[in-house]
Amino acid sequence: MCGTCGCQDGNKATVTNLQTGEHTHIDADGNITTHTHDHDDHHHDHDHAHDHSHDHDHAHTHAKAHGNVGTTIALEQAIMQKNDALAERNRAWFSGREILALNLVSSPGSGKTTILERTIIDQKGKTDIYVIEGDQQTANDAQRIKDSGAPAIQINTGTGCHLEADMVMAGVKSLQPKPGSIIMIENVGNLVCPALFDLGEAAKVAILSVTEGEDKPIKYPHMFAASDVMLLNKTDLLPHLDFDVEKCLDYARQVNPHIKVIQLSAKTGEGMDEWYNWLKAQSKQASEQAFA
Amino acid sequence: MHEMGITKSIVSIVAEHAKTQKVKRVQLEIGKLSAVMPDALQFCFDVVAKGTVLEGATLEIIEVVGQAKCRDCGNEVELHQIVTACTCGSRDLERLSGEELNIKEMELEAA
Repeated sequence: MCGTCGCQDGNKATVTNLQTGEHTHIDADGNITTHTHDHDDHHHDHDHAHDHSHDHDHAHTHAKAHGNVGTTIALEQAIMQKNDALAERNRAWFSGREILALNLVSSPGSGKTTILERTIIDQKGKTDIYVIEGDQQTANDAQRIKDSGAPAIQINTGTGCHLEADMVMAGVKSLQPKPGSIIMIENVGNLVCPALFDLGEAAKVAILSVTEGEDKPIKYPHMFAASDVMLLNKTDLLPHLDFDVEKCLDYARQVNPHIKVIQLSAKTGEGMDEWYNWLKAQSKQASEQAFA
Repeated sequence: MHEMGITKSIVSIVAEHAKTQKVKRVQLEIGKLSAVMPDALQFCFDVVAKGTVLEGATLEIIEVVGQAKCRDCGNEVELHQIVTACTCGSRDLERLSGEELNIKEMELEAA
């Protein structure tokens, strides 16, 4: 638990700003507390708690009597309503500032952070990139991003298996990205749950590495169906593996006929230019569409 | 296991509408393509409902079959799973339903 604010079980996520050392806690009710203190001497233990809905846009309720069996009330309410509403707020915020926000999703170990590190280094002086890192524990990834030269925020979800729109909102608030920049949201490594939670991004980018097996798109179809782009990473290892690239691309298109595939190696740099060109085109689109 | 978080949202939304009244039954509409498992929701429901006005309530789940329109031939296709092809062979399908995650209604105990 955190000794400064006394937060513990009730917290859903912790946002750490690597630049200022500032900590923000989001509790189960969506309340946000921010403080700064040294975290080297104690350990945070945050459990994933639930989303209380405190929205006040109630659905129409139509009561009908059923004899003595009780009263049935029609609710007709979307379960994800709270997250979806916050995601739309994020989307509007990004749009007004001509910011391109991308949600990077993959299994753990596909190379998301390495792709980001290389992108930040190669795009230095060309594009302002900000990163929101999602992991259950540790600020290791945000530290790596910061070391590559981009402002980074670490969100620790505790036991949570995905990022939600309110966490991204708190992260963005702390990062204060410049207009016209790119925000990379690196989701928790998980190909299941993040598919369900809209964060307000312009597009999901799925990352698959050639060490994982070519049938992942059909094993986890929801994620690949929801993504606009698939980055096939670690292609430098292909000579050492039995990975069938064509088969993988065929599986990806079975799930999503319109998915754009970019083959690259964040290690050697091969294929990275195609990724940068895609980013540039998307960023341009974000600025053109801002007030369209 | 996102079903736990989703169940918590369900209980919280229903409890807010029910205020202090006891809830007897909750009816959900879950699309077959929604990536949410009805069995897992049932499993989580009893645990999450404990100590709330929903304790002991029945959870009814209506599963909604996916419907899609083929962008190539215009036919309507029924989707039982997310990876499906139209009879014409095309996989370019526009999904019309099957991703529902809704609370349809709740039944309150007679006063």
